[in-house]
Amino acid sequence: MSNLMGTLLEASYGPLGAGIGAGLVAIGAGIGVGLIGAKAAEGIARQPEALNEIRGTAIILAAFVEGVALFAAVICFLAMGK
Amino acid sequence: MDCKKLISRLLTVVFLVFLSTFVTCAQHTEHNPDEITTQEAEIDTLLKQDHDQKDKEFDLSAFILHHVGDDYSFHVAGKTYVWLPVIIYDGNGFDVFSSKELHFPDQTTHLTRGKYYYHHGKLTIPELDEHGHVKMDEDGDPIGKTEAKLTNMASPNVFFNFSITKNVFGLFLSMLVMFLIFISVARAYKKRGTDVAPRGLQNAMEALIVFVKVEIAEPFIGKEKTPKFLPYLLTVFFFIWINNMLGLIPIFPGSANVSGNIAFTFTLAFLSLCLVFIFGRKHFWSHIFWYPGVPVPVKLLLAVLEFLGVFTKPFSLMIRLFANITAGHIIIMSIIGITFITQNYIVGGVTSVFSVVMFVLELLVAAIQAYIFTLLTAQMIGAAVEEPHHDHAKGEAAHH
Repeated sequence: MSNLMGTLLEASYGPLGAGIGAGLVAIGAGIGVGLIGAKAAEGIARQPEALNEIRGTAIILAAFVEGVALFAAVICFLAMGK
Repeated sequence: MDCKKLISRLLTVVFLVFLSTFVTCAQHTEHNPDEITTQEAEIDTLLKQDHDQKDKEFDLSAFILHHVGDDYSFHVAGKTYVWLPVIIYDGNGFDVFSSKELHFPDQTTHLTRGKYYYHHGKLTIPELDEHGHVKMDEDGDPIGKTEAKLTNMASPNVFFNFSITKNVFGLFLSMLVMFLIFISVARAYKKRGTDVAPRGLQNAMEALIVFVKVEIAEPFIGKEKTPKFLPYLLTVFFFIWINNMLGLIPIFPGSANVSGNIAFTFTLAFLSLCLVFIFGRKHFWSHIFWYPGVPVPVKLLLAVLEFLGVFTKPFSLMIRLFANITAGHIIIMSIIGITFITQNYIVGGVTSVFSVVMFVLELLVAAIQAYIFTLLTAQMIGAAVEEPHHDHAKGEAAHH
């Protein structure tokens, strides 16, 4: 038991933080892209003639959300090595 | 109709079985030492020494990082390599040799050509002690001349590395592909004129070029100014797209992770930033440093924020492309790597299917990332070259 505690205390918290961080990133990006998708689908249902414009805008906005998410993912990746 | 469906299903099953045999075959050769001849065994031990593999356990993260990063040679399969030239300038002259010599250094001194030490993917010109051994510091890194970087270029303790690495080779290859495509398309226009309907490759490229012009450039830059910036946008679009797709080819001519390299994406984002600085109009800069129509304290606050915004936009371009492509490669490698961890036939079949699905998704991502990069560049340029509007509110609405 004390051996286990010793291992736990000596272990680096980097991977732990990276794992939790990656999970939070996934939640955040999921909410963001989900909202964009929901509203885009709603918009297309209301105005089918604006399909192309809505789709283009949705892709760009999703890319913004994804950009921040990937930024955080890269930081998680760096934290894992520490 | 049913017959056709049956045949297509049968073909799919055969294809999947075919794919899974690949994976299981790989397993077999990995763990069947009887088949290896003495020479191969020798190379094997050398390679093992080279990669410093103390345990025979499969290290997935090392494997992935090795394949995502840059290297001096292409690893095709098993013990098949494609060796690329190493070109070093150490202040006295150029040294050119094959990267094969890096992988098989002198047995006694562990040096290549008597001076280069290659360890963990790092090339150094180490100092030697009286026994001819490499001097190490306490971290186990060799002491001596290291590769020149932007931060230590002026130091005398560096050498310049101009090697044709995987990524450099990938850049040359995509350049060649682009030359072949666009010279043939340009010839077709020259030969047949612009009045005739396009044919073949010319037709395919015309659709894409018109897409970039009408959907990306014109809405942000405006019809009059588009011709000035369209060549850059088209180059960026096709360069990123072709590099992304070449990176997805798992064997030799492709497989270099060019667009998943931070230096590559940095250069492209930096060029976009340069365009903003070169072509930015008075209207653009006045909106950044002295935002019209707000009180002075807010003006000062906005000046700081907007000035930072000029740099964060290309920075996010850089990170987005790099992270997307690298993440895609890592996911595919992880899925394939599961087979080698579990060493199971069934898992091999399942991961084969999964990796095919991921490859298809990555093809989509390859195109979307090229589109996003070009579009955001067009947006940056469009904001920079915008003329002042008479009706201010309308102008603001147009570029937000």
